[in-house]
Amino acid sequence: MNFIAALGRFVLEICAEIGRLCVFIKDSVWHCFAPPVYPRLIFDQMVRIGYNSLPVVGLTAFFTGGVLALQIYIGGTRFNAESLVSSIVALGITRELGPVLAGLMVAGRVSAAIAAELGTMRVTEQIDALATLSTNPFKYLVAPRVIAAVLCLPLLVVVADTIGIMGGYIVGTKSLGFNSTVYIKNTVDFLEFDDIFSGLVKSAVFGFIIAVMGCYHGYNSRGGAQGVGRATTNAVVSASILILSANYVLTSLLFSS
Amino acid sequence: MSEDLHIKMRDVRKAFGAKHVLNGINLDVPRGQSVVIIGGSGSGKSVMLKCILGILRADSGSIQVNGREVIGQSTSDQSEMLQHFGMLFQGAALFDSLTVWENVSFGLIQGKNMPRGEAKDIAMAKLAQVGLGSEVGELSPAELSGGMQKRVGLARAIAADPDVIFFDEPTTGLDPIMADVINDLIVKCVKDLGATAVSITHDMASARKIADKIAMIYKGEIIWEGDAIEVDASGNAHVDQFIHGRADGPIEMDVLKP
Ligand SMILES: Nc1ncnc2c1ncn2[C@@H]1O[C@H](COP(=O)(O)OP(=O)(O)OP(=O)(O)O)[C@@H](O)[C@H]1O
Ligand SMILES: [Mg+2]
Repeated sequence: MNFIAALGRFVLEICAEIGRLCVFIKDSVWHCFAPPVYPRLIFDQMVRIGYNSLPVVGLTAFFTGGVLALQIYIGGTRFNAESLVSSIVALGITRELGPVLAGLMVAGRVSAAIAAELGTMRVTEQIDALATLSTNPFKYLVAPRVIAAVLCLPLLVVVADTIGIMGGYIVGTKSLGFNSTVYIKNTVDFLEFDDIFSGLVKSAVFGFIIAVMGCYHGYNSRGGAQGVGRATTNAVVSASILILSANYVLTSLLFSS
Repeated sequence: MSEDLHIKMRDVRKAFGAKHVLNGINLDVPRGQSVVIIGGSGSGKSVMLKCILGILRADSGSIQVNGREVIGQSTSDQSEMLQHFGMLFQGAALFDSLTVWENVSFGLIQGKNMPRGEAKDIAMAKLAQVGLGSEVGELSPAELSGGMQKRVGLARAIAADPDVIFFDEPTTGLDPIMADVINDLIVKCVKDLGATAVSITHDMASARKIADKIAMIYKGEIIWEGDAIEVDASGNAHVDQFIHGRADGPIEMDVLKP
């Protein structure tokens, strides 16, 4: 009986958590659209979420593009299909690796930072203080972060796509001996607008996940420094898992349409 | 009943899990008066203030502010009500991403859409009232001492000239002279602005100075309330023990006696 009771408690706990999360998401989205908006706060967050993530995202994309070129070359030689390297690098980066890796890197950086910041504000009563100063915490803290992340992630992915393809190009021409003009021509001819666009759509969703997970865990953290630490870990883990599962769902949706 | 009550609490209860913190609080706060809450550490004073503000949701009972029920009110009603409140948190709760003057003027800029320049002048004036110079205004809260943070929190609480001000231990961590300056400031807020004040304090000198009424909370209930001058002749053993700070008496502290 004890085991069943424990199982029941666990299931109820999960349902309650999902319910809380849904209400939180509803409130966040509502406050992103309902006035007043705080352009200055959104701008600040865009700098912190977008601009400051550029080095991490750029480096990740560069090495991924490079390693992709190497691996596809190795695979390609087995079928005498080395000439496909440039096209497959471009396709892989724009459709999949650019958005997903940028999303995961930013999740590590930004979800953690948001959760730690809001969590500290929660345990030091700063969020309560906001309410007593006639300011809605959703409006002031959550909405700017969500808006900034949804706007910034696609921009970051454009950068990641460019640098990733460039990484493939550098490895392809410098160490695999491809002709530079041919490599570029193959890339440009082969890529379609849809490839890039689908990646951008996905990344906007990833941005939403990153900001909401950071805010949710930070906003609901309790129990001092340890609680903030737990919130930070939970934010990164849940954002990463949600990004990967949303990626599958979105890809299959975009694939079928 | 003729008295004009600003805040009226009836049988308010609040528990965290199995821990019952408020066990049926009854408290009347008349308009324009200063009520001081005394009581041992951990007896639920801060929780009581947060229940009135709606930051914590009381489990049952009734809390009326200006005759309107607080428990279960909508978020928009709550924020409308809080426009008339000022709160000094026990831990100051300053926003560490903003400078000191931005903290003080936060309610004016965000809540009342005042232009920044005008709000800054008011902030500097309020800082001066709590004994902090204009150079402090440009610092960040992390660069201040505990007592200075407390005073900034106080300046922030009174910046928007609220109708009701809650002070959670306003003089804790201050030297005796500054504590008296703060006491005078609280009295001035009540007398000059006509504000209603509810203060929590452990400092009996401060309580005597600022209180019109004193209420004592013990184990989540108000066990005594009366006019400030009656506190010495309360006839209540708990109150006597508390105001004289004696270790032996009806209030038992959970400490192991050697
Ligand atoms: N968020 C919370 N979760 C669980 N328990 C809490 C919470 N806040 C307060 N408590 C408990 O409620 C009790 C009363 O807390 P409260 O902060 O009101 O004390 P207090 O009277 O203000 O004491 P002090 O004078 O030390 O500030 C404490 O025992 C505390 O453990
Ligand atoms: Mg307290």
